[in-house]
Amino acid sequence: MKLFPSLPLAEWVEALVDWLTNADLLFEAIEMLISFILTALQTVMEVVPIPVFIIGIPLLTFFFAGRKIGLTIFVFLGLFLIDNLGFWEDMLIMLSLVLAATIISVVVGIPLGIWMSKSNTVEMIMKPILDFMQTLPQFVYLIPAVAFFGIGMEPGVIASVIFGMPPTIRLTNLGIREVSTEVIEAADAFGSTPSQKLYKVQLPMARTTIMAGVNQTIMLSLSMVVIASMIGADGLGDIVYAAVGRNDVGSGFEAGIAIVIVAIILDRLTSGFQLKQKKK
Amino acid sequence: MTKIRVEDLTKVFGKKPQRALSLLKENKTKGEILEATGLTVGVNKASFDVNEGEVFVIMGLSGSGKSTLVRLLNRLIEPTSGAVYLDDKNLAEMDEKTLRTVRRRDMSMVFQNFGLFPFRSIQSNVEFGLEIQGLGREERTQKAIEALKLVGLEGYENMLPDELSGGMQQRVGLARALANDPEILLMDEAFSALDPLIRKDMQDELLDLQQTMKRTIIFITHDLDEALRIGDRITIMKDGAIVQIGTPEEILTNPANNYVEKFVEDVDRSKVYTAQNVMARPESVQPEREGPRVALQRMRQSGISSIYAIRRDRELLGIVHASELSKLVDEGKDDFSEVIRTDVPRVELHTPVSEVIDIITDSSVPAAVVQDGKLRGIIIRSSVLSALSGKEVNLDETISESTSS
Ligand SMILES: Nc1ncnc2c1ncn2[C@@H]1O[C@H](COP(=O)(O)OP(=O)(O)O)[C@@H](O)[C@H]1O
Ligand SMILES: [Mg+2]
Repeated sequence: MKLFPSLPLAEWVEALVDWLTNADLLFEAIEMLISFILTALQTVMEVVPIPVFIIGIPLLTFFFAGRKIGLTIFVFLGLFLIDNLGFWEDMLIMLSLVLAATIISVVVGIPLGIWMSKSNTVEMIMKPILDFMQTLPQFVYLIPAVAFFGIGMEPGVIASVIFGMPPTIRLTNLGIREVSTEVIEAADAFGSTPSQKLYKVQLPMARTTIMAGVNQTIMLSLSMVVIASMIGADGLGDIVYAAVGRNDVGSGFEAGIAIVIVAIILDRLTSGFQLKQKKK
Repeated sequence: MTKIRVEDLTKVFGKKPQRALSLLKENKTKGEILEATGLTVGVNKASFDVNEGEVFVIMGLSGSGKSTLVRLLNRLIEPTSGAVYLDDKNLAEMDEKTLRTVRRRDMSMVFQNFGLFPFRSIQSNVEFGLEIQGLGREERTQKAIEALKLVGLEGYENMLPDELSGGMQQRVGLARALANDPEILLMDEAFSALDPLIRKDMQDELLDLQQTMKRTIIFITHDLDEALRIGDRITIMKDGAIVQIGTPEEILTNPANNYVEKFVEDVDRSKVYTAQNVMARPESVQPEREGPRVALQRMRQSGISSIYAIRRDRELLGIVHASELSKLVDEGKDDFSEVIRTDVPRVELHTPVSEVIDIITDSSVPAAVVQDGKLRGIIIRSSVLSALSGKEVNLDETISESTSS
């Protein structure tokens, strides 16, 4: 026998979700926006001829990620392999999901991080929320995403944003807070307005840290693609998911390798930007 | 003229700082207040005036509240109570916008660890204050180049702060402050992070610059030697309160209490004192109206064997010795001009005692202290020695004044 009746937590959450689903208009607007971003990204990427991609990205890697010959060749061969396996289309779809999630995470996350850095109260409230967001199993994000946005690419993006955004917020906050007091005092002592201080001193000083957050956000979004395919997101993740369902080790492995290649390229490119900025 | 007037300025760190104010009024110490309330007294009822164009040094041990005090002057730290008058405006009560204007126009700050923006070039660091004011690119560039020239950093415009040595970085800090053309410079331990030789150079350079620019400088340091070298006046702080304010000589010779005395103890006095601090009232004769007999008589009275000869306007002629005067008297002559020796040791009022010592050890007669060629005093070995051992010295020119009248 239970000493206490169990709390109706599940009912509360359902009630909340009920209420939120009524805010239809808002969610429809969000969905439209996301689908616009996705289509735009896909269209742009599809316009670029594949050979240009396969040659251009390695060059970009070479110049931005420390002029490493080995890495450049790897990127080239990797992209070549993805195309060769016939995954190009699926890769672009996956990429548009990841990029859309990243763009939204940055556009929402950086201002949130700035806000958090300006107020200790906001930081105190946000920190546990961010911890919570990152420690929940990834699958859990699918539930609200599906509840509000149904199935398809858009809820996949939403789930990726929720899962992937915390590092950007966190590191924006950290980056701004760790700027040395003397530099901040210098900005103030010369009569900066708060926004001059933010744009001319704090954000430039925090840039590398913020970029590290964005890099993590990209990686986390990418790690969501297979899971997002469970709620109907297309792309490479879907191929893996389907292969798991059919117990088709071969094609699952192929698609998995393709995802890893994309992950490595994105990681090197974005951490390459960081390096470059540090040196500058 | 008073540039900054500080009245009862107090800063208490912690929650509800007002709690400490009544305790401070009862003259409770910083330690007692910390124990009773958990609040830290940063600055305790500081009052002082800073004159236009002077170098005003604030000195004290680490934790004595110097940095807090200087930040209360431009309100990087909000005062708990008290007032800071700049000309006639009370900074403590200014709204944000007016305060920004004051920070942009009237006072610039130089920081201990330079506070440079690492991602900006030297040029762009120096332009920062001008950029904040919204000046056009051309004007900015020109002013920044001028400021860099002032501190001797031409040719480094496009480098990054990290690429320069500490001394050079602080020159950039100084140039950044000067580019705004402020009336007031706040310098918080500006040279403390530099190694001793570079530090001396920077002190000299600051003094050189100050000769021509005549800013009002508030200079923080924990180093007495530095304070004595560059300060027109020195304030000594302890536990947030001001213990003594005075000229370097006053601080050295009349320490207000044991705390200041401790500070002053190990100073190399010979570098701080100048001739006027150790000179004595000169006996003199005027050959234009006095003869050898008068001179001998005067020497006999004060028990000396030689005496300085001067004109009516006190212009120094030279020295005469008793033996030669006696000879003249024996020969019945009335004029002793021919026995005046002109090769006497001369020093200026502001010659450091360290140099005076060299001069008088080689000399059998006292050194003459002159100002514009006129005799102001004499220096005998024993008065130098007693000054160096910490005894009474002269704080002003009363000696020469009493005799020149
Ligand atoms: N932001 C702060 N919060 C709490 N206490 C502070 C703060 N800043 C300074 N203090 C305290 O105020 C006192 C004076 O510090 P400070 O002005 O930095 O001294 P100084 O510059 O002479 O070394 C010290 O006891 C210090 O611990
Ligand atoms: Mg300090």
